[in-house]
Amino acid sequence: MLKDEDRIFKNLYNDLGWEIDCAIRREDWSNTKNILSKSRDSIIKEIKESELRGRGGAGFPTGLKLSFAPKEVGSRPHYLVINADESEPGTCKDRDILRFEPQKLIEGCLIASYAVNAHTCYIYIRGEYFREGERLQAAIDQAYKKNFIGKNACDSGWDFDIYIHYGAGAYICGEETALLESLEGKKGQPRLKPPFPALVGLYGCPTIVNNVETISVIPTILRRGAKWFSSLGKPKNTGTKIFCISGNVNNPCNVEEEMGVPLKDLIEKHAGGVVGGWKNLQAIIPGGSSMPMLPKNICETITMDFDSLIKVKSGLGTAGIVVINKDQDIIKCIARIARFYKHESCGQCTPCREGCGWMWRMLERMGNGDATYKEIDLLHDVTKQIEGHTICAFGEGASWPVQGLLRHFKQEIEKRCTEEPLIKKKTNIPYLIDQHLLEKDNA
Amino acid sequence: MPKIIINNKEIEFEDGMTVLQACELAGAEIPRFCYHERLSIAGNCRMCLVEMEKSAKPIASCAMPAADGMIIKTNTAFVEKTRKGVMEFLLANHPLDCPVCDQGGECDLQDQSLFYGLDNSRFKENKRQVNEKYMGPLIKTQMTRCIHCTRCIRFATEVAGIDELGAIGRGEDMEITTYLEKSMESELSANVIDLCPVGALTSKPYAFEARPWELKKTESIDVMDAVGSNIRVDTYGWEVKRILPRINEDINEEWISNKTRYACDGLMKQRLDSPYIRENGKLIKTSWEKAYKTLINKIKTFKPEEVAGLVGDLADLEMIYSFKCFFETCVGSKNYECRQDKIYINPHERMNYIFNTTINGIEESDLIILIGTNPRMEATILNARIRKAYIKNNVPIYSIGELNDLTYPHKNIGNDTLTIRDIIEGKHEISQTIQKSKKPIFIFGESSLMGDVGQYVFESLKNFLKKNNFIRNDWNALNILSQQASRVGAIDLGMYSINQNSNFSFFDKLNNNDFKLIYLLGVDNFNFDKKDKFIVYQGTHGDKGAEIADIILPGAAYTEKNGLFINLEGKMQNAYKASYPPGESKEDWEIFVNIAKLMKKNLNFENLSDLRKEMNNFLEEKNLNNFYKNIKNNFVEKNIIINPLDYYYTNPIARSSKTMNDCREAARLKSSTNGDKKI
Repeated sequence: MLKDEDRIFKNLYNDLGWEIDCAIRREDWSNTKNILSKSRDSIIKEIKESELRGRGGAGFPTGLKLSFAPKEVGSRPHYLVINADESEPGTCKDRDILRFEPQKLIEGCLIASYAVNAHTCYIYIRGEYFREGERLQAAIDQAYKKNFIGKNACDSGWDFDIYIHYGAGAYICGEETALLESLEGKKGQPRLKPPFPALVGLYGCPTIVNNVETISVIPTILRRGAKWFSSLGKPKNTGTKIFCISGNVNNPCNVEEEMGVPLKDLIEKHAGGVVGGWKNLQAIIPGGSSMPMLPKNICETITMDFDSLIKVKSGLGTAGIVVINKDQDIIKCIARIARFYKHESCGQCTPCREGCGWMWRMLERMGNGDATYKEIDLLHDVTKQIEGHTICAFGEGASWPVQGLLRHFKQEIEKRCTEEPLIKKKTNIPYLIDQHLLEKDNA
Repeated sequence: MPKIIINNKEIEFEDGMTVLQACELAGAEIPRFCYHERLSIAGNCRMCLVEMEKSAKPIASCAMPAADGMIIKTNTAFVEKTRKGVMEFLLANHPLDCPVCDQGGECDLQDQSLFYGLDNSRFKENKRQVNEKYMGPLIKTQMTRCIHCTRCIRFATEVAGIDELGAIGRGEDMEITTYLEKSMESELSANVIDLCPVGALTSKPYAFEARPWELKKTESIDVMDAVGSNIRVDTYGWEVKRILPRINEDINEEWISNKTRYACDGLMKQRLDSPYIRENGKLIKTSWEKAYKTLINKIKTFKPEEVAGLVGDLADLEMIYSFKCFFETCVGSKNYECRQDKIYINPHERMNYIFNTTINGIEESDLIILIGTNPRMEATILNARIRKAYIKNNVPIYSIGELNDLTYPHKNIGNDTLTIRDIIEGKHEISQTIQKSKKPIFIFGESSLMGDVGQYVFESLKNFLKKNNFIRNDWNALNILSQQASRVGAIDLGMYSINQNSNFSFFDKLNNNDFKLIYLLGVDNFNFDKKDKFIVYQGTHGDKGAEIADIILPGAAYTEKNGLFINLEGKMQNAYKASYPPGESKEDWEIFVNIAKLMKKNLNFENLSDLRKEMNNFLEEKNLNNFYKNIKNNFVEKNIIINPLDYYYTNPIARSSKTMNDCREAARLKSSTNGDKKI
């Protein structure tokens, strides 16, 4: 459980006001000039020591990412881009940061830009967050007025500007290279990697892309020290995280907790428990719809951090927890998620474009009870064929939920399947199947 | 040189290569749909995935740059399963159109699914369907078959230079379209038909005509313009069904213009298939003997100075040389000419009338100046090269003469000879740029060498180039853009009438009514007053020349004879015979041999190989006109106006072609306010 004095986001519910004066009272912008007087290497070293991992879903060590930026500025300027395109279903943490704690974000942008040698920062907000963007723009204007950003930000000698750019309702623009394409004004289709954005990013210049929450915690880390941050949570999964609990709970909310907090505690203590009691729980999706679900038996003891969840073949992702209780039809839930991925696919590469629609249609039929037994294995095959063969991680995001369903709820599906009318027995007839598919490792 | 291990074989490769190119060096074939050597890398078909050590996921070999020490495997079970998976997805929504699809037999998807795909389909859903789009009278679109490789989009934006194609929609609903449903504007647009790996974009005039294994393929050279693009003529029986490009890195790379590709259906229409003689104002069909007799009698009634000959646009070298021999031996006259306008030529050195930089050399230049020429209309493939140079090196391009869109940005620096005078005297604003450049190109179009201003423009600028050392052994900036396929060859063979006083002595005599018999060798673009002259026309189509003729002798078109053509760079290329001329038409050199026999004169050759030997001897021993060494250069002030070209109607074959007519209509409607709808 997180102690009150260890909390970073003190205004997550807007009890204390969002304006810059209220933020200053909460110790935002308190010694930015001192921080900026340190060398770049020492700032990056501090972040590396804190073992902060990216909060946007992938969990990549932030210190390492910031160190990818070239040390010297060459012919191209460096950019910092903030990914506020929060479209992952089940996630709503960035919204509260943008609405109620914008100064943390702005200060974090300044420090991070200084660390990567960038004078310009672009914040890409999803188009649906129009009001939040307005609020953020107002906060930025307030910061400009107080000379915290702009020319000679905070009296440190570093020029810094922030611009907001709105998206237009595409989930794929949350992927970093698709975001850069969209910022440049082109179609939001992901680029091939390599080359990575740290070397060739926005307009071909070195760019560092980070999530809102990651950047917002950087000022507090630098103020209170990396040791304090790494004392929270577990080793290699340090610090605090904002968890967004939604679904069949009595009190859906955003709550900031330590990494490694037990899932049952989160739901019982902060979200008021599952509707109908803990016994009524069917499954929980731990990290936004891209992560495989966890059945009830795993949820009893699992702790919420990156590594433990990977061990049970899931992932922390954005920590958008979706609770599904026994009153819901689990297959229809996953079919709805598959439909989301089908219409959000950008269409550039073949497996995702064709495979997402195929998976959705199969799941719909399974939900209605129109599928055959063979289709369960076929569905698993299709997910394996999409995963890893795509340009960006959308392929994994689309195939993992289906794999989670097949892993834990196969009997549910089998209950509804009908027999293949022609073939009564479930034996494999070798000459109809490719030889290498008989080996279980390759199938 | 860095090394890479592919399938346990170590290969050396050059820096900058991708894994796919390195695998090709190693002999490991990698299937692909979206990768094309001449286009940018897209990496979105995912068919080229191979296994790399140290990577759990397969890598896209077309996009991954090959690095020293990589270990790549392309023949493991993992790669096989990956390819089958991707192929399954490609075929999932692909309609079962093979029997009715034109691409069957030459379809990349068919070939690759045979070798790398599954043998059965597990897809039990309904397949998606996409509406047909309209892209003009040349391209038939069946977008349901599209696999979204985006080759057509990349071609249109990068090579053709016109952003007409794009993908709209997202995910499954992604469609490739021009969106505005207008015909494609670019003259290179039909190359997307070759690029499309499936039958989504096919050739509309060729729709449902033949299967590729039924066609006989012959290599040949194109004569629609002077570029001499290498083509492959596909014939079914004696009918030319379609024309496809051949790869020639130096001239046309892998592209041909729309006119080259589609004028071939004019080869079947309006053909002259038997000799005609005009009696009482009407053309009567006759036999060859009668035609020969009439012609020989007529020639004997006139004095040699009263007989003239004109060489047309589509003539090959054998035709011209045999004509010249015939004229000099049998008629005894030297009044022949290959030009159909008063265009200044200086035949003293070969470099004075060819494109010296070579089309390949355009890519190395650092400054291009277009003088009175519209390369987009006059030599479309050359224009694509200039665009390639612009994209690669950001070459500054200036033009003298008003020009519209050329698919690359160019700056107009003047429209008259005053500009040229300023450049020569170093007073123009770009004179500094010219002085600093190391490999500039000056391209002279026919419009700049027209009439009384041609001599000034050419001679003064050539002197300027010589003085500034732009004509040297490793680089020659002097380039003439001929518009006709026969022009350079005819000048090489000496088919012009020039004397000390006038560069246009032929035209002067013509206007003076000195000529009583004119022999037109496939000339259809020349306007002159017939009055009471006796016209002999030898050609292939019943066009303007045949209309005014008194004797018509039917000849063979460019696909129907073995001929040599010299392109605008001065390269000699061989066109092979793909079919036979219709009816009683003969090959042109045969006609002259026959006439000479009947006149009891000896032409020194009886068959094609002797003719070629004689011609080669002539070309090697040619004596140049000496009186063109020192020329006075007087300034003539005049505007340089680029003659507009009726692009689809430039020669008789194109004028007889239905497809060219459709294209012309589409272009005309597009430029009017309504834009064209489906025709």
